[in-house]
Formats: sequence, C-alpha cells, structure tokens
Amino acid sequence: MTVAGRPPHDSSAEHGDRHGREVEPHTGDPVPDPGLGEHEYRPTDVDSAAEKRAERQIATLFGLSALLTLAFCVAYFAIGRNDTFAGTNASNLVLGTTLGLALLFIGIGAIQWAKTLMDDHEIVEMRHGSGSSEQDKAEALASFEQGAAESGFGRRTLIRNSLLTSLGVLGLPAVVLLADLGPLPGNAPRQTVWANGVRVVVDVSGEPLRLEDIEVGQLVNAQPAVFYETDEAGEPRYEGTELLNAKAKAAVVLVRMLPDDLVNPESAAKGVDGVLCFSKICPHLGCPISLWEQQTRNLLCPCHQSTFDLSDGGQVVFGPAKRAVPQLEIGLDEEGYLIAMGDFTVPIGPSFPEMYQD
Amino acid sequence: MTTHTDSTSGTTGSTALGAKAGTTTGKKPSYGPLAGPTQWLDDRVGLAGLAKKQMRKVFPDHWSFMLGEIALYSFVILLLSGVFLTFWYDPSMTEVEYGGSYGPLRGLEMSRAYATSLELSFDVRGGLLMRQIHHWAAALFLAAMLVHMLRVFFTGAYRKPRETNWLVGLGLLQLGIIEGFAGYSLPDDLLSGTGLRIAEGLMRSIPVVGTYISFFVFGGEFPGGDFIPRLYIVHVLLIPGILLALITLHMVLLVYNKHTQWPGPGRTNNNVVGYPLLPVYMAKAGGFFFVVFGVTALMGALFQINPIWNFGPYNPAEVTAGSQPDWYMGWLDGALRMMPPWEFTILSWTFSMNVFIPGILLMGLLFGVLGAYPFVEQWVTGDKREHHLLERPRNAPTRTAFGAAGITAYGLLWISGGNDIIATSFGLDFYWITRSLRVLIFVGPVLVFVLTKRICIGLQRKDSETVLHGYESGVIVRSPDGGYSERHVPVTPEEAWRLTAHERPTVAALPPATDGNSVKAPQAGLERARARLAQFWLGDDHEKPTAGELDEAHHHAAGHDEDPAELETERDYQGTNELGVPRRH
Repeated sequence: MTVAGRPPHDSSAEHGDRHGREVEPHTGDPVPDPGLGEHEYRPTDVDSAAEKRAERQIATLFGLSALLTLAFCVAYFAIGRNDTFAGTNASNLVLGTTLGLALLFIGIGAIQWAKTLMDDHEIVEMRHGSGSSEQDKAEALASFEQGAAESGFGRRTLIRNSLLTSLGVLGLPAVVLLADLGPLPGNAPRQTVWANGVRVVVDVSGEPLRLEDIEVGQLVNAQPAVFYETDEAGEPRYEGTELLNAKAKAAVVLVRMLPDDLVNPESAAKGVDGVLCFSKICPHLGCPISLWEQQTRNLLCPCHQSTFDLSDGGQVVFGPAKRAVPQLEIGLDEEGYLIAMGDFTVPIGPSFPEMYQD
Repeated sequence: MTTHTDSTSGTTGSTALGAKAGTTTGKKPSYGPLAGPTQWLDDRVGLAGLAKKQMRKVFPDHWSFMLGEIALYSFVILLLSGVFLTFWYDPSMTEVEYGGSYGPLRGLEMSRAYATSLELSFDVRGGLLMRQIHHWAAALFLAAMLVHMLRVFFTGAYRKPRETNWLVGLGLLQLGIIEGFAGYSLPDDLLSGTGLRIAEGLMRSIPVVGTYISFFVFGGEFPGGDFIPRLYIVHVLLIPGILLALITLHMVLLVYNKHTQWPGPGRTNNNVVGYPLLPVYMAKAGGFFFVVFGVTALMGALFQINPIWNFGPYNPAEVTAGSQPDWYMGWLDGALRMMPPWEFTILSWTFSMNVFIPGILLMGLLFGVLGAYPFVEQWVTGDKREHHLLERPRNAPTRTAFGAAGITAYGLLWISGGNDIIATSFGLDFYWITRSLRVLIFVGPVLVFVLTKRICIGLQRKDSETVLHGYESGVIVRSPDGGYSERHVPVTPEEAWRLTAHERPTVAALPPATDGNSVKAPQAGLERARARLAQFWLGDDHEKPTAGELDEAHHHAAGHDEDPAELETERDYQGTNELGVPRRH
C-alpha cells in the first residue's frame, strides 16, 4: 500500500491479460495517466477555528439526537394512543419524527465527522488476481486425489453406487411428507353450494328477491340463501373459513335488462323476464367483477379489466379473460321469489388444467 | 508503541490487535485499556490475522456505490421493525368479532390476522409507526436493490471476476420481491386478500399440476384456513434466512474481490484507491445506516402507507376499484392486464397461457436473461480478463442499449399495471391504452435500443472531439481578415485521461468457413456466428483517439492560434475581461 501523491504504477502493466483471446490489452492511449493528484487540504485541516467549529457542530448533532430520543420516550407515555393532531394520529407523528430526527442526527454527525475531521489521505491498495496460484491449485488437487484414492470411492463401485442410490432415494420422503399439505382437488373446483331451489338473496342483508325488486338497468349483488340459514341447533349452516370458501365460488350478480336488449336467446332463456344471474367471480383470476356499465351492459373486472357483455351471455369483449363469465339458470318458486334451477354448469373462477375433464 | 504500530502514516494496518500473544518476546507492546478482553479473545479465536488485513481495507468513493448500502440497511431496518411486529401479530385465519378501538370496524367478523394488524395500528403505542416503517423500508429495499442492480449493469461491474456476485444479487432481488408480496399479504385485509386470490389463480395456471399446487399451498380450496400461518413462517423465517445467507455471501465476495472503481488519475485495473474502512468508512457507512433508518422513520411518521383499516376484512365477494399491488409487483400485474386471452385445451388438459406466460414465465424470463447476460457478453466479445475498472455507459453502447431497452419494457409493463388509474386520471380510453401497450411492448424496446446506441456513440464522438480539440471556451476571436471563430481550450491532463482511460474494443475478423484444404472447418459455423455478433456488439463503437491523432490535433491548433494570451489548459482559463481577452492567473 502506498499513500496518495506517490507516482502511480506503470500503466502499461495494467489489464494483465491472463487468459485473453482476441481482445488486445489496451494500448495506444493518447494521454498518459497523470497519477494521483496532490492532496488538497480542507479548511478544517489548516484552520483551527474551522476545526473547532466542525467539532462543535458534530457534538451538537449528537447532543440533539440524545435529547430527541428522550423526547421520544416522554411522548410514548404523554400522548394518548388515539389522540389526533392536524387530522393524523398524534402519537405516531411525534414518535416517528423524534425517532427519525434522532437517528438522522447521529448519521449526519458521523458522516460530517468523517468528512471534515478524519484523515482524508487517499490510500492505494494493490489488487491480486481472484484465482488461486498455480501451486495452490496443484496442491489442492493432489490432496483431493490422495483423499479420493484412500477412500476407494472410484474403485469400489458397488459401495459407491449403493450409497448414491440410498442418498438419491432420501429425496422422496422430502416430497412424500408434503402430501398432507392439502387434500386432492377431486371435484371441489367444479362444485358450488347452488342447487335447484336455493333462493337468490341480497348480499349482506339476506333478503329474498322478487322480480319487481330489481329495476331495469340495476345490478344487485347476491348470494345463495343457505349462507343466511341456521341448522336445528340455531347455528349458522356456513360460518368462518367454510363460509369464505363457499362464497369464493358462489357469489353472483343479478341484472335486469330489457328483454329486447338481450342478443343471446340461449342466455336469455336461463333468466326470468330479463333478469339474469351471473357468477361474480372473474374467470380470469378470480376477482369479484363489480363494475357495471349500465349503458353498454358490460360488466368489468377491476383487477385486470376483463370486460363481459351480460346482454350476450357474458361473453368476453375485452381483456385477458378467455372464458365467458358463467351464468346461473334461475326461476321463481311458488312464492314468487328468485331461485336457482341448479348448480353452475361450468367451473367458477380461474381456469385450471383439468377444467374440461369429466 | 515501538514494534507493532506505525504511528507515522497509519497505513500498515497494525493496531492494538496486530500482535499475537506468544509471538512477542521480551518487551511487550502497550495495548491500551481494552488489552485484557482483546487478548483473551485473540488467545481463543485468533482475530488479529483477520483484523490486520481488513481493518484498513480500502474502499473507493462514489455516490453510486451507496445504492447497495441503502438496500443492506433497509434489510436491517426490516429485521428490527419486523421483530417488533411479530410480538402482537397473530397469523391466524380464525374468524373473530373485532372489539378494538377502531370504531367503524367494531363488531365485524374478521380473521385474527386482520384483527391483530388493527390492534398494532390502533392499540399498540408505536405499532402504527413500526408497521409503516416496515412497509416503507420494504418498498425502499426493493427500490434500492433494483437501482443498485442497474448501476452494476450499466457500469459493467458484473464482469469477471464478479459474475458470481451478480447471480447472488439476482437471487436477492427475486427473493426480495417474493418476500415483499408475502409481507403485504399477511394483514388479511380486503386488498391483500385480493392479491392472494390472484396468486392462487397464477398457481392454477401452471400446466398439468396447477390445481394440485394450489390445493397443497392453500391446504384445500381458496382461501381456506391454512394459508396465512404458512405464509407467515415463510415470511419471517424461511426467506429472511436465505436472504441473510445470500447477503453474507454477497458481502464476503465483495470483500474478496475488492470494490470496483471508476477510472481516473492513478486509478488502474491493478489497484484500488480510496479511504480505509477504519475510520473513514466505519463513520461514513455507519452514519449512512442511521440516515437511512432516520429517513424511513420520518416516512413512517409523515406518509401513510397501506391504511388497512380503510379496506375492511377480506371477503371473496368484494373488491375495491383501483386495486394496486405494491410498486415492485406492478410490472407483473401490468403483464397480466396486457396479455391477450390465449387459452387452449389439448388432450383434455387446459393451458391458460393468458395467465401462465405473464404471471409465471415472465419473471423466469427476466431473471434468466439477466443471469445469462454476463456470460453471453463474455462469449460474444471473447473477453475473459478480470475487470476492476468501471465503464461509463457511453463506452459500452450495446450494453447500455440493452439496458435501456430492458428498462423500457419494464416501464411499459408498469404503466400497464396502472392502466385503469391512468385512464381515469387523464380521461383516456383504457381499451386504447391497453391496445397501444400490446404493440409498444414489442416496438418500444427496439426503438429505444437503436436510439440509445446512437446516442452513446454520439457521446463517444463528443468525448474524442473534446480530447483532440479541447472544449469551447466561449471566447470569440476576430481574425485580421474579419472572420470570427470560437477558441477551444485544451482540457486538463486529468480530464483527458478520464475521457480516454477506457479500453479500445477490438473485433476479431470473421474466421474462414473452411480450413486450408477447402474442408468445412469444425465449429466454423458457431465461430462465424460469434464473430458476426461481436461485430454487432462492438463494431459500431467510436474509437478513442490515438496518440498520433492527438499530436496532429495539437499541431494543427498551434498553427492558427496566435493569440497573445495563450490558453494552455482548462485550468488556466479564468473567463475573460471586459475586452474579451482571457484572464490569466
């Protein structure tokens, strides 16, 4: 190592071409390396007043930091959890600013110390090739070969192969043990809780719906009535995780359009008097499709903007979704309430490999 | 203080630890107040050998070398703030009724994960601050890693012998993205649940085994009750553990290979010029840690991030319009939005390419290309030497053009990720935005590649011009016959060296297709393809002037430059006086 200011090393020796192919080491530089410049002194190096000033500045920063940290501790107890200041949580604001500034002042002080007061002579350190020396490589190889020969690993093939087999097979339990992470899919992705006779009720309130409850152009978020029913013991039939799992497939929307606007007779036949029921779960990646454009009768997914034409059986008109949004066939029960005529006939939610298998 | 420390220059690295017990005989050196403990420790672990080598290790100075430091420090901040959060957060999907102090949600059914995240935000003092610091530090961690990677790329710092560390860095970035996604999915609010819903869809799109992967990961159907606890242990143990190991490796390799430096006076491929670890970098880097921590704490105090109480508990039947992932996932979400609806079924198996390509393959493609780049460049240019001097982006036009094209593609995907927000904010038609992006994603990077390469070559020419003819002084000279010209002033020797210290690229000639006996040479096809690629890679670069050209230029300049106030170099130029005559010292 040398100290800055000494003449640089011969520049022709640089870029040592160890294993170069065609690339020439760089030659013919138009100007020579002028070498490290003279060390330039800072005001704090030559002016003791400036040095004292810098010392005071740095000590002030560290001192302020300590005070702010104490202020942080005081604020922790003094400010109520949910006090507000200027529309924001006062505790969070004061704790964060005191802590932030305390840390910042330590950082600025330390950097200022390094820049103004610590020795700033540049140091030159030489590099060495990253690879080992030829001698080291030869010795390492010799050691390895000696060890390998003494083990007989290459010679005793029966032992070697049986060991490799036993180690290889050990990979299996690592995979097999994970099999209970989840049940096999089976038919689950194709089934929902919808069935013939299940009432279509308003989401959240659970109110059953008659035709006249839905105006033309209106969209109603709906769920199967079973989510709001209780069993003999008075417990909800679906709750907690089970409810969320069922909802993730069963959520639907009801829309009412003028029968003349429906361009797809097959789809229109699955509804009642212009009221159609579609899955709310996007066949692209499963987001709830919630943006209803009344004028165009398009339903738009807010996640990736797949757009479905509900007057045309939910066909995709734009976006990354491939499949139409599934339609649920609905009818009226004897009391005049909307009911499902059965389960969906196609899988709900994102596509999966076995989607079209029986 | 006589035998083992050098108090004159302080550069030999000898310190109090420089002497090992047992090796000194006779007069013992003085060790200061810490003599006892250091002696005790060294007798057992022998630290002095390492310490004498590393304590005065030299690091070069440049602002861009701090980008990786920001990433490192934000990781430390993440560990500290994350541990705090684990004391209250409960990764449970059990449904409970919220009874905490946030009024609007009281009485609602929600998972314990969400309820405890709310508890952290409203009922634990400093909890909201730590949550916000954690989230801001995560955003900063990813941003710093990305920008650090771009710095390393554009300066050629990934070249031999640092390819291994480049790959380690890519691993860190990739794991960081996954770790960030896992983190913001844990509160189990409506927004994070929507993100998980999409992630589940991505898993399903994996050909043939997708459904099984989804069922095994979620413990059955989405959302189920197992996923948050599983994700939690991945987020707080598995990935941080790997990140920590990789960061250690990254640092060890950095120390072993020594830091790269910019070419400059006295800075060569064989040395490293800068300041010692102790004390300058201890203070600067240590101080910088506090600066980064301080800034994230201030952000946590002043800027709201992820206000989970506004979103409500997760409900698979609800979503908010304008749902956006954290910034580093934006490009993947954008790719999903941009993709046309390609899905087909072969032999009863469905392949959702509209999801699989942007959602799964794209990340693999990006990191595959980035990982292969150093090796491809090495193969094409045939350059197998060690490089410790950084290259200015303009002096590697093809690399810079590739980088700029990559940034363009990333940027377009990112724009696509906000297409709905852009459409509503600017009153644009988003079908039109998406259709344009579908074209631009292919055209844009190519255009930017060509433009960037030409700009780099133009800048190389300008550098040559500056070296040969000096810079424009702004001094207009009127010649005796009435013509006006601007005087050029030679640059300083340091500046001239800085502008010419890079390598002169040489492109190998096309190898012959046949050997001497008109027989097709083995490997000739591959070698010729490589030579053509090398021509494309380096052939258009503007070469820096030679010594001969510089002499000629100086000679030429001396011929017609007869001003009495001769300007020798930039340093002599002090502006002009009121008569337009250059001032001298």
